[in-house]
Amino acid sequence: MKENGEHTGFALCTGCSIGEALNGESLSGAARKLLPSLKCTNHPALCSEEGMEHLTEFVRKNRLSRLALAACSPRVHQDRFRFENVDLERINLREQVAWSMEPGHEDTRMCAEDQVRMGLAGLAGRTESNSYIPEIQSTEILVLGGGIAGMTAALEGADAGYAVHLVEMEQELGGHMRRIVSPDAFSGKRDRSPVQEMKDRVVQVQAHPGISIHTSSTIGSIAGEPGNFSVEIRNGNPERLSVGAIVLATGWTPYEARNLKHLGYGLKGVHTLEEFEDLLFQDDVPGSVLFVLCAGSRDREHLPYCSSYCCSAALKQVLHVRKRNPGSQVYVVYRDIRTPGFQEELYKQVQEDEGVFMTKGLVDVVENGNGRLRTGIKDTLLGEDVLIETDAVVLATGMVPRKTDALELQYRKGKGLPELAHGFSDSHFICFPYETRRTGICAAGTVRAPLDMVSCLEDATGAMMKAIQCVECVKRGESVHPRAGDTSYPELYMERCTDCKRCTEECPFGSYDQNEKGTPLPHPARCRRCGICLGSCPERVIGFSDFSINMVSSAIKAVEVPDEFEEKPRVLVFLCENDAYPALDAAGIARLKISPFVRVIPVRCLGSINKVWISDALSHGYDGILQIGCKPGDDYQCHFIHGSQLTEDRAENLKETLETMMLEPERIRTRFVEISEKERIAEIINEYVEEVEMLGPNPFKSL
Amino acid sequence: MNSEYPILVVGGGIAGITATVELAEAGHQVVLIEREPYLGGNVGKLNNYFPKMCPPECGLEINYQRIRSNPRISYYTGAELTSLSGSPGEFSAEISLSARLINNRCTACGNCAEVCPEVRDASGFLSSTLRAAYMPGGLSFPMKYTIDEAFCRKEECGLCLPVCEFDAIHLEARPGTVMLQVHRVILATGWSAYDASRLEGFSYEHPDVVTNLEFDQMLAAENRGLQKLTRISDGEPVKRIAFVQCAGSRDENHLPYCSAVCCSASVKQSLTLAESHPEIETEIFYIDLRLSGRNEMLLDKAVHTGSIRLTKGKVGKVTRDPKTNRLEVEVEDIRLNSKRKENVDLVVLATGLVPNRLSIPVPVDEHGFIQWDGREGIFPAATCKRPMDVSTSVKDATAAALKTIQSG
Repeated sequence: MKENGEHTGFALCTGCSIGEALNGESLSGAARKLLPSLKCTNHPALCSEEGMEHLTEFVRKNRLSRLALAACSPRVHQDRFRFENVDLERINLREQVAWSMEPGHEDTRMCAEDQVRMGLAGLAGRTESNSYIPEIQSTEILVLGGGIAGMTAALEGADAGYAVHLVEMEQELGGHMRRIVSPDAFSGKRDRSPVQEMKDRVVQVQAHPGISIHTSSTIGSIAGEPGNFSVEIRNGNPERLSVGAIVLATGWTPYEARNLKHLGYGLKGVHTLEEFEDLLFQDDVPGSVLFVLCAGSRDREHLPYCSSYCCSAALKQVLHVRKRNPGSQVYVVYRDIRTPGFQEELYKQVQEDEGVFMTKGLVDVVENGNGRLRTGIKDTLLGEDVLIETDAVVLATGMVPRKTDALELQYRKGKGLPELAHGFSDSHFICFPYETRRTGICAAGTVRAPLDMVSCLEDATGAMMKAIQCVECVKRGESVHPRAGDTSYPELYMERCTDCKRCTEECPFGSYDQNEKGTPLPHPARCRRCGICLGSCPERVIGFSDFSINMVSSAIKAVEVPDEFEEKPRVLVFLCENDAYPALDAAGIARLKISPFVRVIPVRCLGSINKVWISDALSHGYDGILQIGCKPGDDYQCHFIHGSQLTEDRAENLKETLETMMLEPERIRTRFVEISEKERIAEIINEYVEEVEMLGPNPFKSL
Repeated sequence: MNSEYPILVVGGGIAGITATVELAEAGHQVVLIEREPYLGGNVGKLNNYFPKMCPPECGLEINYQRIRSNPRISYYTGAELTSLSGSPGEFSAEISLSARLINNRCTACGNCAEVCPEVRDASGFLSSTLRAAYMPGGLSFPMKYTIDEAFCRKEECGLCLPVCEFDAIHLEARPGTVMLQVHRVILATGWSAYDASRLEGFSYEHPDVVTNLEFDQMLAAENRGLQKLTRISDGEPVKRIAFVQCAGSRDENHLPYCSAVCCSASVKQSLTLAESHPEIETEIFYIDLRLSGRNEMLLDKAVHTGSIRLTKGKVGKVTRDPKTNRLEVEVEDIRLNSKRKENVDLVVLATGLVPNRLSIPVPVDEHGFIQWDGREGIFPAATCKRPMDVSTSVKDATAAALKTIQSG
């Protein structure tokens, strides 16, 4: 410990029943036992104006550089309890002690005293905080892909005053929308025509002084980190750029129609939507045509998802055919017509057209017959199978996101963005749709998920906002989402590193590259501050100024473990601060009872738990260790992608460690909760404590 | 571009919250105002999100944490924009504030709710658990109690006054006004469910006929340990539920547009039931099942559970059998090409999205959706613009955020 506590303060709030549940004198006494020169104070309502005045004076008078605040949850009054140049540690005596344990009971007192000691020990272990700002900082932004999404992103970013480089592999900008018929049918009477907008956009992009256009160009390589990406562009003469962030808008390709032989692809007159659009563009309009919707989409054998755009795109072609050839006969075979929002108007127009016959059904076969194409349809609503002969058949094939390898990232963890199922590159796509696993690289438009055109425009604008935000955060030395504003970053004590590569492997964000020996090369601006690398490191090389091996170890050891004869178990509970910790707070607010035998340590992510803490706890005499985090799996809720999954995997290995220590595997338990499950988290904790009581004391206790 | 004035975000649902944090993290000052006493809007009341079936509080808590830790954000709840004048760069916004019967000295200790005798009929489902003095849940933001003026007898009762140790309760408090100079404005005023009482022949007046939003709140109440799912009319167990899709949407007499979220919402709700109440039979009556993009995988899951019936057919009416008091759904089953009647315990009307009205004049279309009229400096975001789901709203709000930091 750095000092005896001379410039450390301990402030206890006795409001909100804390004063009734606990004895302030005993808490200050316990704290002083740890740090003899500790300055102590208390107040019946620290958060009130009078309380804040009292606290500010307490800090000033004692020239405090560190303050442990034993009061409500750190999630409360964060904006009030801020003191310049003072390291603040919040000790949660309200929600997680006074409100959830029996007031005045000896066990409650012991829990509170331990939590105070743990807070103070952690506080003493903090090191000087620095922030990381890359030496070279660019605020320019690279947009990869010159379709509607890429052009939109480029224009919107340039309009906000950021220099943009737009890279497109084709000779011309415009992407899929360069050759398109009757585009205005999409927009109904409501939105501006997205296609007109696209045409305007090409002109605007070309004229914008803030955008440099690189057509017929691809990416040779991208290295570095947000604020300082070094980009090599290939177009004859390789060109080097330095950019701060990247928008990836490389779009989509149609699903491979050759996989759809059962729908007649390969026969003359059978086209994909894209191919048919080209024919219509050349004004080659057939006399009769049958559209097969969901050709490959919503099909476990092909694309299990809905491609979102094909219903509207096909209906638009239907209207075009009918307009160009009023004598034409058009058939549409669908499963469900999906025209959400105002696209419903397009559907209504088609329904009102007597030259269009629509049926729900499944296309069984498309074959040649009588010199025309014959389509067999089953499961129709007419109750019988139907055969229809037409000159042409159009397969509404779906959208497949392009591979993100075109980024050519020189990252140890690969050239592209990590993907979820079916090639979607976003991670928390409901709440945080721009969050990819490569910081500063924002996916926009159909490269991420099937989208219609209007959605693409909005999507691209939002992606540019996130790219700009990343550049601004890097300038301030702050992390981006979800630990936005965090200036701490992982610092490595390289002398002890054994090049084991675990940090480089387990970081979900690819923050670490490595040299040929396997030595990690950290890129802190890529880091999202989850601490998974800290948890992964067997040599305890990695730490943050306010979250380190030493801090947590000291906190663990600050607990006074009673000897085995008292029959009072001690259970160490690591709680993920994102979901499990708020859930336990909510349990306290609901006054659910929690066993007073638990000692809680919040962690940045379950994946940040280092196994040395487990052995520290076991050798210190804790009887059980419970780790509670967010749900893993396909629909993971872990805010750092696979932190909770990693913990579960590591727990398996820990069991072997336990065996060698001759301890029962039940002494470590990993559980997952949703943030809304306050009853369940209380149950998990209480049941585990009971189970540990049954196990009996940890044999290392009295050693 | 940094202006000396902040950007004003109107509406503290998921879109407004998103616009606020995205702007503030990009370095801009933001003021967020919300009409209700708490942030979260409609999503804050939902049981779970499709297609991940995860609780909304998970993402909201991260966003609240982003708000708490960001000094560039200030917010007002119980606040409404009542007038806006001036021009881009220097708008004057008049914001009316509801009476602060409980002020910022509140520590969320909960003593007031403990003694409050007045039951507050919040949603019709949580009536037994919410008092006039209340906080909706342990993850509410801001974390403080509120007194619902409509249900408080004020000084006539006054039981809460002596139990508050922090002088936070002021029953005599009056509404107030603040004036703000703002640089740009984002309107993220959101949506409400279409008024189901306008759907003739659907018996919405019957307590066991509920809207999809109400049903989600019933599921939320059950999953958060507040109230069991039963027939509202008599507390009996629910055995059969009918979901009526396009209740008002895609209907010239009501909402001609598709509300874009109701199909996914009903499939989500029936899957939630399949998990928590496998004994309940559910049937979804639809015109088209519209689960776009990866929401399709949810439909795939529903099809394979076996316990969820999906029937193409429009429900004609919902009636109450006067003898048994049970609900009867009459449907035109398109596949069978015949009418059939089903007795059920609960009917969920998948009512559509209607944009909320603002108290300042804004250009809207015939349905009330805000139309971008080219007027500089004011930007609509998310469901006040057109019907969309949560993820799309988040994207659109992020897009609107960028619009406010462009010059011009």
